[in-house]
Amino acid sequence: MAKLRGTGMAAVNYPTGMNLGGDPSQALVHATTSGSFVVTLSATDLGQGLRTVIGQIAAETLGVAYDQVVVDTADTDTGPHDMGTFASRATHRVGNAVIAAAVEARKALLDVAAEEFEASVDEIELDGHGNLMVRGVPARSMPVAEVASMAQFKYGRTIAGRGSFMKPRSEVDPETGAMDPDSTEAHACTVAEVEVDTETGEVTVLSIRSAYEVGRQVNPALVQGQITGGAWMGMSHALYETTAPYYPAPDHSPRDFSEYLMPGPLELPEIDCVVLEMPSSNGPYGVKGIGEMTANSPIPAIVNAIYHATGVRIDSLPVTPEKILRGLDARRP
Amino acid sequence: MASTIVTFELGGREVEVLVRPMTTLQSVLRNQLGQTATKDGCRQGGCGSCTVLVDGEPMASCLLPIEDVAGRRVTTLESLTPAEGLHPVQQAFVDEYAFQCGYCTPGMVMLSKALLDHDPAPNDEAIGQALAGNLCRCTGYRPIVDAIRHASGAMSGHDTEPVR
Ligand code: FES
Ligand code: FES
Repeated sequence: MAKLRGTGMAAVNYPTGMNLGGDPSQALVHATTSGSFVVTLSATDLGQGLRTVIGQIAAETLGVAYDQVVVDTADTDTGPHDMGTFASRATHRVGNAVIAAAVEARKALLDVAAEEFEASVDEIELDGHGNLMVRGVPARSMPVAEVASMAQFKYGRTIAGRGSFMKPRSEVDPETGAMDPDSTEAHACTVAEVEVDTETGEVTVLSIRSAYEVGRQVNPALVQGQITGGAWMGMSHALYETTAPYYPAPDHSPRDFSEYLMPGPLELPEIDCVVLEMPSSNGPYGVKGIGEMTANSPIPAIVNAIYHATGVRIDSLPVTPEKILRGLDARRP
Repeated sequence: MASTIVTFELGGREVEVLVRPMTTLQSVLRNQLGQTATKDGCRQGGCGSCTVLVDGEPMASCLLPIEDVAGRRVTTLESLTPAEGLHPVQQAFVDEYAFQCGYCTPGMVMLSKALLDHDPAPNDEAIGQALAGNLCRCTGYRPIVDAIRHASGAMSGHDTEPVR
């Protein structure tokens, strides 16, 4: 009986978006009288930070500060249409729709400023800190809030924009089988190290180290959070999670989500990653999707590491101690 | 059974509530006093999202009949948060990005505060033991453990830099 160590590797090529009957996201952007911009969406923030990155994308495109943008999500009764938050699609799809809406709203804002300054629209610029000015004439400058208020009270205009992004449905070419189902692909490679106790069949994950290529990162801290949380979720899929009863009798299976087995803070491996940025050609500012993929490559990496450590090849999840002990038994001469 | 009046201390002030028998502290905080930082994940003691301090000890407020806190001192996230800025534990959670959806965060912050009050320099083992009853389904716990180590440094006056 021994504790055996092994190292395993796995790589993933992950699509952003899905080939539905067309995969649209829409966004509306408008300015209030106080000069804040409201982005209205039906897309949902599941906790991954969609509202944060959409606020950043809108602020960047509008040319205003991040805290001047309010992102209003997830009411499908009142918001513009969205297919939903899944398939790592939201930052890509919604971000593109928000850029289109913000460009239109920005144009409406510049039109009012041009009229007020008696200048032509292409002479007006935003400084990114909430001011509009005539290019090269700092004396002729006005806060966005003032122009927004003027638009409504002096000129009777709206400052608003509509945006939509849709990936059209791709059909399979009957001759070649070729199709174009996704918009872009992100990539990752994970190396996991494990220690297997051959007496109990228990696996300890020592480390999960990954390299990710995710296009442009809108918010590197959120990307890091997804990768760290995803590595833990992958480890959880690999070794813990099931709704089926397995140990040792059916009434030991989880009755609800608080009993559903996942690793806790005492089982944490070392989790580490590097992130490479190779901007996509069709995402907002070069974005690709990172979300679901982060739980993918850790799973086969861990299972491969178990094989490396013990010679036992397991092909169903979760890898329970029982499966490992049976595998070890089968290999005994 | 008739309603009764229960008096306890909340965030340094005495409060008095009229409650039906067996109403939980969680329900009183959220529904009668509007203190919704205390979350409501499972209502059966399984997730820790409703953790508050009673006389400085972390407890699942969803399992605590309000009668049991009569005359005791209750601390919620609202009472922990200073009028300006953040408590050092809250600041450490921000600095380490120790949340995604944030649902577990109020309970995690209360638990961390209680841990650090008892043990100002806990090791990872002690942190892991303390966190065992509180679930997080987003972060993988690593950033939360890092935030507690960071808060421990900040509160003892050294090493206020983020852990990573
Ligand atoms: S709500 Fe109290 S432990 Fe889950
Ligand atoms: S941050 Fe979502 S549950 Fe902890």
